Amino acid sequence: MNTFLSRANTIFAFTLSVMAVLTFGCFASTFLNDNLAHVNIKTAKPIVKNMPDYSVSREKNDLGFITFDLRADLNPIFNWNVKQLFLYLTAEYVTGKNVINQVVLWDQIIKRGDNSILDYHGMNPKYYFWDDGNGLRANKNVTLTLSWNVIPNAGTLPKVMGSGSHSFAFPESYASNHF
Amino acid sequence: MGFIDNLDFLDDVRRMNKRQLYYQVLNFGMIVSSALMIWKGLMVVTGSESPIVVVLSGSMEPAFFRGDLLFLTNYKEEPIRVGEIVVFKVEGREIPIVHRVLKVHEKSVCFAFILLFILGSLLLLREDGSVKFLTKGDNNQVDDRGLYAAGQHWLQKKDVVGRARGYVPYVGTVTILMNDYPKFKYLILASLGIFVLIHRE
Repeated sequence: MNTFLSRANTIFAFTLSVMAVLTFGCFASTFLNDNLAHVNIKTAKPIVKNMPDYSVSREKNDLGFITFDLRADLNPIFNWNVKQLFLYLTAEYVTGKNVINQVVLWDQIIKRGDNSILDYHGMNPKYYFWDDGNGLRANKNVTLTLSWNVIPNAGTLPKVMGSGSHSFAFPESYASNHF
Repeated sequence: MGFIDNLDFLDDVRRMNKRQLYYQVLNFGMIVSSALMIWKGLMVVTGSESPIVVVLSGSMEPAFFRGDLLFLTNYKEEPIRVGEIVVFKVEGREIPIVHRVLKVHEKSVCFAFILLFILGSLLLLREDGSVKFLTKGDNNQVDDRGLYAAGQHWLQKKDVVGRARGYVPYVGTVTILMNDYPKFKYLILASLGIFVLIHRE
């Protein structure tokens, strides 16, 4: 039974099992990490307009505009089983129409080896802050949080919210629709 | 010489008697049915109709590449929140899509509704229509409204096949190959079948 094929088969099977064990070890060694970090968020210049989002319908919805500052050091989260972090800035608020509204305003991918110290000032959101209805004007409590989805080389996909949030209020009246 | 060597394995078959041949066939059936049992068992445990999926597109790069493997769960009581990676089906499209949730709006439930809901849940399992959400692929420039069915602006819980919980790279590459080259699939299936039938323990 010492043919070329049987030897190739043995080597292949052994390689596969070694790789499986290593992969599992990689997952097990980082399974208990909490992946937490502190985040500083600030906002400026919240205004709100009332206009139609034509990608959905002709009805007028509230559209919020803000700029934000973001400071965080995410370096401690990275280890050998973190391929990338997917960061996203969420605005969460309550309206008369919906008990829970979550809108992602901005996101970013940080791969291992990229700069993982965030220090942004006066950033514009990446996505439009459309409400589902007219619940942004005079909304007293819109909370911004930064969360991240840890993408491993192999393993679970934890979703972690950074400690430190920021709440702000939208003004009582609509801004004019002219840009 | 080489030709005769190659025929060696046929000797094994020739030396088998009837009883042994039946055994081999039954063994083959065992393998197939236990694979099926594991799959169905996983469906029960995870609550998802397809607990393991292979990533078929590059729309979630660089997180997931083509041929990576995802483990899904789909527990009804777990709420859908922003940032989660969901696998969903759209009417008119066979293949489920793996994308991330970008927006969630959950309707307030007024008192009359709560009463109705309690009564209703006693009678039948409620289809939860109070949550709507929008998705987007990490690697796509725009959200998924263009992918949804005509006139559909939001996804609902009933569209969800599962949420990504675990990730292993590369393991599904063979599936990708089989999908891209159907002949390769038949070759693999045929050779596996022949191997199991012929091979003697």
